[in-house]
Amino acid sequence: MSNNTLVKKKKKHGMWHGTTPGDKVFLCIVYGTIILICLACIYPLYLTIIASVSEPNDVFNGKVNILPSGFTLEAYTHVFQNQRIWMGYGNSLFYTIVGTMFNLFLTIPTAYALSKKRMYGRSFLTTLFLITMYFGGGLIPTYILFRNMGLIDTRWILIINGGMSVYNIVVTRTYFQNNIPETLFEAARIDGAGEFLVFFKLVLPLSAPIIAVMTLYYAVGHWGSWFSASIYTFDPDLQPLQLVLRGILLKSEDMTDLTDPELLAEAQRQARRALVMKYSVVFIASAPMLIAYPFVQKHFVKGVMVGSLKG
Amino acid sequence: MLKSKQAPARLTPIKPGTWAYTAKRLKESWPWYLMMLPALIYLIIFEYGPMYGLLMAFQRYSPTKGILGSKWVGLKHFIRFLKYPFFGKMIRNTLNITLLSLCTFPCSIIFALFLNEITQTKFKKFAQMISYMPHFLSEVVVVSLVLLLLDLHHGPVNNMIEAFGGERYYFMGDPEIFPTIYVLQGLWQGLGWGAILYISALSAVPTEQIEAARIDGASRFQVMWHINLPTILPTIMITFIMRIGSLLSLGYTKLLLFQNPLNHEVIQTISMYVYQTGLGGGGDFSYATAIGLFNSVINLTLLLTFNWLSKKLTEVSLF
Repeated sequence: MSNNTLVKKKKKHGMWHGTTPGDKVFLCIVYGTIILICLACIYPLYLTIIASVSEPNDVFNGKVNILPSGFTLEAYTHVFQNQRIWMGYGNSLFYTIVGTMFNLFLTIPTAYALSKKRMYGRSFLTTLFLITMYFGGGLIPTYILFRNMGLIDTRWILIINGGMSVYNIVVTRTYFQNNIPETLFEAARIDGAGEFLVFFKLVLPLSAPIIAVMTLYYAVGHWGSWFSASIYTFDPDLQPLQLVLRGILLKSEDMTDLTDPELLAEAQRQARRALVMKYSVVFIASAPMLIAYPFVQKHFVKGVMVGSLKG
Repeated sequence: MLKSKQAPARLTPIKPGTWAYTAKRLKESWPWYLMMLPALIYLIIFEYGPMYGLLMAFQRYSPTKGILGSKWVGLKHFIRFLKYPFFGKMIRNTLNITLLSLCTFPCSIIFALFLNEITQTKFKKFAQMISYMPHFLSEVVVVSLVLLLLDLHHGPVNNMIEAFGGERYYFMGDPEIFPTIYVLQGLWQGLGWGAILYISALSAVPTEQIEAARIDGASRFQVMWHINLPTILPTIMITFIMRIGSLLSLGYTKLLLFQNPLNHEVIQTISMYVYQTGLGGGGDFSYATAIGLFNSVINLTLLLTFNWLSKKLTEVSLF
């Protein structure tokens, strides 16, 4: 809708048509600012990509800033030989897929039920959910609860913890309220369809957009999560990718301050490789998101828009 | 249409407020209850369960005895926390970061307003896509990127400083500038994403009004300032209430990733302290719970206060 008006406006006026010098200055500032912001957003990722394939020596000596220098996939071969990264990848995939399915199972039917104005006790139940958005038990009582349930150091804790987000339920509920016409339900009811039939045959097929949005929101959350894994699991075999990355990226020590010349030479060679490996690891960790991003981007945005309408 | 004809006919025999009415409504509602049952069970166990666990803030909690068997100590832990010498310092550290971050609040608004001025749809879409992207990077990746960019020996920022004749600077070793770095990375990650709300609010600006203003000789800037900005003011207010209300709630997971021996002093915030005393080797569950409860009560009070204030002053509020 807004696209059409934009296109029309463009045809009618053109960008510079009928603008005063003041408008031109203003537009220059507008374009300049936006281009600068875009450059700032893209640069760290651009640097990651060029540094990860450049000659380690040049990266180490600070020569790779704007353009790549040389080409080698050495860092990637080293990273791919690292068993822990593969294991982390596998674990993260498991947590993301199973966790997101669990999230959807809790979110979608609940949001639908809460969207029903005729449900008895609707406002009480809604409040029961909403309260937890603003107040909760906090870190320690949650930890102790999980410990008492014997869930610490199991795979399941990373699925159960963060099993649903009330905010997402509210967004989904708003979608149901605004996008499925009430007359449709009336028609189904007159045809004698039960509520479950209505939900599975009528509501779910109509809610593909919101299911897509929720899948993406939850999946991104699972993929990027590291803290719960760090406090709830000790077994290294259960670690998600982000925790493995933290070990590689943030906890490794800088070895360039050694004083023994022989050790220093070896240490420097290692440090050079380690530096480029860091860049390649950052890229590998973001790759799934970066590949999917251009295709799913519009769904994310839709989700924010739906959520912004108060229900 | 159908509803208005049929529903009253069915409902009129039974009056609201009677048992029969309630029973009828319940009978109608049970499929919906069943649909939300899993989430309700989850909510009660994993959201309200920990709230019950908050009782341990008033106890000398012993894991073997549980909440029912532990000894009650009243407000002892709260008093201990208020007397803690670094209490004020932790509040200051939190405010240091959140107030600085509040200064970046207009950035997303400006970005949205500027983006709205762009008429080439393709360029606009492209800019939006690029600027939302950082939002989807994981915390670990973002923190790693910051450290790699600011690295003393090999980071591009220092390479540039050196290339322009300056001296390399160990950014991450300077506790003074840590809040700035932290806020800037937050801005980098959230600028575009934070603008979405405003962009969608801007689509409500009536085109006729803009065209009329343009014909009357208003400049583009004047249109932006006098028409576009007022239209999104309610959205701005809501977002602002949220920000003010969360001035004392600063997430600690990113801070944990930034932690190094040199910045320890400035990243020590209340929620970090909860983590350290409770899980990070401290193991003092009751004390940590008390601090956490103290913190969330303050946060909630702040949010409710500003929500109320905003309702009074501008008639815009969260709830």
